[in-house]
Amino acid sequence: MTQVTSLARSGLADFLIQRLSAVVLALYTLCLLSFFLVNDGLDHRQLVEFFGSASMRAFSVLAVLSTAAHGWVGLWTVGTDYIRPHYFGARAVVLRMAYQVGCALLLFIYVWWGIRLFWMLPG
Amino acid sequence: MQVSVYRYDPDVDEAPQMRDMSIDLPEGKELMVLDLLERLKEQDPSLSYRRSCREGVCGSDGINMNGLNGLACITPVSQVAKRGKLALRPLPGLPVIRDLVVDMSQFFDQFEKVRPYLINDQPPPAQERLQSPEERAELDGLYECILCGCCSTACPSFWWNPDKFVGPAGLLQAYRFLADSRDTASAERLRDLEDPFSVFRCRGIMNCVNVCPKGLNPTRAIGKIRGLLVRQGT
Repeated sequence: MTQVTSLARSGLADFLIQRLSAVVLALYTLCLLSFFLVNDGLDHRQLVEFFGSASMRAFSVLAVLSTAAHGWVGLWTVGTDYIRPHYFGARAVVLRMAYQVGCALLLFIYVWWGIRLFWMLPG
Repeated sequence: MQVSVYRYDPDVDEAPQMRDMSIDLPEGKELMVLDLLERLKEQDPSLSYRRSCREGVCGSDGINMNGLNGLACITPVSQVAKRGKLALRPLPGLPVIRDLVVDMSQFFDQFEKVRPYLINDQPPPAQERLQSPEERAELDGLYECILCGCCSTACPSFWWNPDKFVGPAGLLQAYRFLADSRDTASAERLRDLEDPFSVFRCRGIMNCVNVCPKGLNPTRAIGKIRGLLVRQGT
């Protein structure tokens, strides 16, 4: 049984994507935490330098994409759990589609805005 | 003792209701919840519930006692009653036929999906398919399931998707045959479970482990199925 709106249309692939993206996000959080803990009293120039480096820019974009993938699998799961005919009757399909379109749109804007933000930083 | 019992007769009642009944418990004698139900039925013969072996083997009398699923025949009243009160409800999530009797079709449909029988495409040997003691030991903790439905009906993922999520009881049986050295259909069994719902809807809540009257651990079996799927898929 596959669902056209699941990320990879496979439970196993979605499961792996969610775990891998969680690892990326954990590493990114650790990276940021260690940077902020080691460097005290940071100013704007230092922050731009840190986030504008090629490696940090790539890592940040990867983190944005991981958040979107992780978020989609989770939000899709929540939608298919709760927005069902059992609770909403015949309106469930329309409501779930609206919910999924809304989630997809939000995540798309987030990815577009995130990539644009890191792309615009001076290298 | 005050016992609040879920009553619903679709031929008569518009909606289910909890009906209070009181009963005197004998001094110095431990009753099981099934004994209590028998006494309540003497008061009101229209009270309906399932029962058979009354010793925790047949799995017929799974009900919800003060919010916890279990077998009425092996659950002492003192273990589930709180401050002299006990609420008895049908297993949650399944359609109610009458009072404490539920329609278990969805549960057994999911059980059937995992093909809970040995599949072996090799020519049968003259006598029997043998296993080593170690191979046999792999099945311990898996084959003892009595299909009472307590685990699956305690699982929120099964409540939400009873038509798609196999549920803990079915998945325990799925792993029972995946772990069987005599079974040759592992690849097909795993392929059938790879979709986003059958196995992966398990969120590790572990209500199934908490309520299993046989002390089994479906969550561990589900974890092992996931491990097999990952190894097969990578």
